[in-house]
Amino acid sequence: MTVTVSEWIWLNDHGVCSAEHLSEVSGLSNEELGELIDIGVIVPVDDKVRPMEFQLRYVVIANTARRLRDDFELDRHGVALALTLMRRIDDLQEELSAVRARLHHVHTSRDV
Amino acid sequence: MKYKDYYQALGVERNATTADIKKAYRKLAHQYHPDVSKDPEGEEKFKVVAEAYATLKDTEKRTEYDNLGKRPAGEDFAPPPEWQQRYESDASAFDDVDLSDILNAFRSGGRSGGRGQAQGNFPISGEDYAVNVAVSLEQIYSGGGTDVAVEAPEFDEHGLPHRVSHTYRVTIPKGAMDGQRLRLAGKGGAGRNGGKPGDLYIVLTIASHPLYRANGLDLYLDLPLAPWEAVLGAAVEIPTLGGNVELNIKPGTSSGQRLRLAKRGLPSPNGAGGDLYAVVQIVVPKEVGKSEQALYEQLAAASTFRAREHFAKETK
Repeated sequence: MTVTVSEWIWLNDHGVCSAEHLSEVSGLSNEELGELIDIGVIVPVDDKVRPMEFQLRYVVIANTARRLRDDFELDRHGVALALTLMRRIDDLQEELSAVRARLHHVHTSRDV
Repeated sequence: MKYKDYYQALGVERNATTADIKKAYRKLAHQYHPDVSKDPEGEEKFKVVAEAYATLKDTEKRTEYDNLGKRPAGEDFAPPPEWQQRYESDASAFDDVDLSDILNAFRSGGRSGGRGQAQGNFPISGEDYAVNVAVSLEQIYSGGGTDVAVEAPEFDEHGLPHRVSHTYRVTIPKGAMDGQRLRLAGKGGAGRNGGKPGDLYIVLTIASHPLYRANGLDLYLDLPLAPWEAVLGAAVEIPTLGGNVELNIKPGTSSGQRLRLAKRGLPSPNGAGGDLYAVVQIVVPKEVGKSEQALYEQLAAASTFRAREHFAKETK
């Protein structure tokens, strides 16, 4: 087995990239990306600074948008709505897993 | 080469219309799409469905596929003579060829220099791939490496796509979170006609741990205490990812209390790190011997403690 040590980039909130990079790696058009920025699904680091920069974690959001567009044949509004709802689900799941982590592992109940 | 039954994958008859095929695909995509489904096997199931749809929605690809005839799924079959001619290869060269890869190659005309029936020589970017990798809390704590294997088509000198397996070693950064991704540029599927290769995305999932539950960088651990340890206080050993530490339990500790061990959680990239919370659980033996029973009875008689005193206050 040959193991290749490769260059990788963590898609988290530490690194930043340009709008062009988001378009290039996701396959979204500039207009589609612009719409996601307008509705706040993708947020620039500082919206007063030009050219805009974005945390690298938005590569994941942009890729998801393109997948939803292609796999479900959604229009821009459909993609934006789906992403907004998915973000709310993610927030709720995060809260749920935080609550679960704080609770005990073992739950016992019995009828009396 | 192994036969794949795309009609069966979509649950449609072989004479289904394009509209029927689209309807079946949409229904299954809603069920299994990795962005919307919580089915742990959804991603794999969606891949099968998407591959079937990519072939059957395209009239030319569907005709090529239909010409293979109906066979049982998974059956080995010899490629038709015209395919062998097209790629100047004999049947054995097709052994490691995936049916979907070759149908895709027909559509795009194969790699530049290949003999596929070109429908245009426009550059086509390679596919992006996503691989889920489960990592342990121990790996995240120590920031070790992990190997990720991925299989992608590569084109030989005749333009025939062969499946090739690659293994990449990636370093898990300290404090990586569940769902965090990394991108390996150009390590996805090969591009065609001068198109760029796709990217490989690795998605980290934290494997469940028998002792700890993670919440961001904080860890939670259930700490069982015997009743006398909770009442009298005790020094107990707590397992942490960095080794055992001794924790002093104060007298009068109750179930559900969280005891914080600062900076004993997961490390963060900037060095701050999370905490470890030991959540107290007072546990009792299921059976006691005679002498223990007598001691408990003695305690019950002597104690003035009323565990449910507040019931009366709250119901007045």
